[in-house]
Amino acid sequence: MADTAVTTSAEHAAEAPSPAKRPLFSPFNIIAALILLATAPFAILRFTGGLGAVTALDHTNPWGIWIGFDLLTGVALAAGGYVTSAAFYIFGKEEYHSAVRPAILTGFLGYGLVVFALLFDVGRPWRLPYPFFVSQGVTSVMFEVGACVALYLTVLFLEFSPAAMEWLGLKKVRWIVVKLTILLTILGVLLSTLHQSSLGAMYLLAPSKLHPLWYSTYLPVYFFVSSIAAGLSMIIFESTMAHRYFSHLMDQRHKDERNKIALGFGRAAALVLAAYSSIKIFGIAADNNWAYLLTGYGLWYLVELVGFVMAPAFLFAVGVRDRNFGLIRVCAIWTVLGIVLNRFNVSLIAFNWHLPSAERYFPALGEFAISIFIVTLGIVVYRFIVTRMPILYHHPDYHD
Amino acid sequence: MSISRRKFLGWVGAAGIAATAATKSRAAHAEFEGYPESYAVLHDSTLCIGCRSCERACNEVNDLPKPATPFDDLSVLDKKRRTDAASYTVVNKYGQVPGENRPVFRKDQCNHCLEPACASSCFVGAFTKTPEGAVIWDESVCVGCRYCLIACPFNIPAYEYDEPLTPRVMKCTMCHPRIEQGLLPGCVEACPMEALTFGARSDLLLIARERIRKYPDRYVNHIYGEREMGGTSWLYITGRKPSEVGLREDLGTTPAPELTSGALLMVPIVIGMWPALLGGIYKISQRKDRIAREQLVAAVKAQKEQSDKEREEAVKATKASAQQQQEKAIEKAVKKALEEAAESGDSKEEK
Amino acid sequence: MDGTIYTLQEFMMRTKGIVYILAIGFLIGFTAFWHFLFSREPREETDRD
Repeated sequence: MADTAVTTSAEHAAEAPSPAKRPLFSPFNIIAALILLATAPFAILRFTGGLGAVTALDHTNPWGIWIGFDLLTGVALAAGGYVTSAAFYIFGKEEYHSAVRPAILTGFLGYGLVVFALLFDVGRPWRLPYPFFVSQGVTSVMFEVGACVALYLTVLFLEFSPAAMEWLGLKKVRWIVVKLTILLTILGVLLSTLHQSSLGAMYLLAPSKLHPLWYSTYLPVYFFVSSIAAGLSMIIFESTMAHRYFSHLMDQRHKDERNKIALGFGRAAALVLAAYSSIKIFGIAADNNWAYLLTGYGLWYLVELVGFVMAPAFLFAVGVRDRNFGLIRVCAIWTVLGIVLNRFNVSLIAFNWHLPSAERYFPALGEFAISIFIVTLGIVVYRFIVTRMPILYHHPDYHD
Repeated sequence: MSISRRKFLGWVGAAGIAATAATKSRAAHAEFEGYPESYAVLHDSTLCIGCRSCERACNEVNDLPKPATPFDDLSVLDKKRRTDAASYTVVNKYGQVPGENRPVFRKDQCNHCLEPACASSCFVGAFTKTPEGAVIWDESVCVGCRYCLIACPFNIPAYEYDEPLTPRVMKCTMCHPRIEQGLLPGCVEACPMEALTFGARSDLLLIARERIRKYPDRYVNHIYGEREMGGTSWLYITGRKPSEVGLREDLGTTPAPELTSGALLMVPIVIGMWPALLGGIYKISQRKDRIAREQLVAAVKAQKEQSDKEREEAVKATKASAQQQQEKAIEKAVKKALEEAAESGDSKEEK
Repeated sequence: MDGTIYTLQEFMMRTKGIVYILAIGFLIGFTAFWHFLFSREPREETDRD
């Protein structure tokens, strides 16, 4: 069903809708509270009984879903922040204005949750500042990841803060932060390029443990390029969700730009996914790994590459050409799942592929529980911010 | 500005020397040979009888918790074991081949690599390759990220997952404190068959080669650890192929730090280039926007001038035609008046 | 401890450490250079840098 309702009027009424008065015991709040209450005991158990009490991690499989999902996937999916702010501030795409704040918010919360998840996974979380202030392990790719993530979280916080300051009425401070926009945006793209790629580079240290189809010298490039596609798709997805659940909070410009954003980001995603597909094939050729495609893992690799990268690349193009917004939105979800699949493959499924199944890892209940705890917390905070601060609408008192 | 030939040649020479000096100080990876006189251990698995005395000694020397099954219980050898949070070393049994009168055993522990993957991976620099050859871990900085467990190609480091607040990475230390006191590592001292020999790495390689040369039917012609992962400080000679005694033959000879050095070398390039690139794109798009706005303003202005001009001309034309009409009317009136005057003149004369 | 570099690991510790410090210095210096380059250009209200 082609949806062609794109408004082209130059003036967008700057309505500032007030957040609806919501009861404390709304269905959302009750469900969220129940989930948090059910999973919190595991979070506590992690610190009273140790990692062994809540996880299925062992000496041969030291990283589980908290790294594979909360960290690797979380960082990739939060990439919409740098992609959208680059598109708007650096490339000057004025028509994506209403996408910027939601993207920054998702980025900020996403990275915040990543750091929060690390507090559970790492053995001595209070020592997380050690690599910066106590002993710098500069030969480690993870050192660079940590430094860039910490700095980028600061950048995201600063980029998000104007919205909070508008809510709090801090005009002077806000003016100062807004002056830093381009600097922060460029720094954000720089830091994101570095840490998105380095998360892939971390696995370069374990060629004997990662299946040859996923292990490549190009791992850093693959992670970086796929993060762009992940970011673009997540923005389309969140825009869809926001329009379904929070459209009463949106101003007219937000509603009008929706389809243009879907179209533009869909176009970009088609291109990026096509490019990503080809460099993955080049990687196989470079290592002469064609024979592996005929194995069980090879089939799984093709499921990931053909089914979750090439297919959405093509169908994004179809959706954009036909102005089929439903298809574009489906492709966005599809691409996100493909990124999740890729990160899971690299960290959990193709990792230790050569070991007998008795020595392979499967997450424990506690790991699922704490991941759910973290994600639910994130959604609650997102909702809190979006219903109070000018994210989905433009604050009438501020014009820059 | 002309320069003398001598000056020019002087500059070229200086540039050449500078380039050579730069290449010399840029160390090629092959140049690192490790600490001279660094120690190592040679494990001759053909001498190993699987008595587990080394495991007991290691446990005592390092004050590790006593295991559930005592060390003289050899039934544990029926299953393959790996190092764990309370065992820095394990001996494994590798089946009996027809024609041999006993199974083969091999002791497994940290190989104290010359370029350790754990040291390369650690983002707080908790691992050190000591001049004595031991790779040791510093508890005072460890954050517990377990990247070292991922990095070790031999799957040696273990982690205290059951410690809630102070979990440690556990692995063989080559008894570094004992070595510093001139003592032997606990396992080497305890082995009743002298299957473990401690000495300078260079000496042990000579000993190993000599044993293989003297008894070619007893040993496979390979010193495992001589070049694997860039070389280790625990060397193995065996009567079976390495893969038959649990030693991977597909690890290659590239030292671990080289595996990520390519990616790390790109970091400063990105840091140096991205700001100029992105800043440049921003300025280009800013310029495009300004030109577009200027053009819009200019177009509006031109349009306004055009319509002003047209209006002026229309007004002029109207004025001109109005004037013309007025003159015509005056002319007509004058003509009429003259005619009337002429007529009245004629009629006066006739009377 | 004679300051000689015996292993690739030590070499990389030295070089990467220096590179990181230089990189931070560069970012600060580049920002200053940027302002030096564009300080005499006419500014508009819509500028974001």
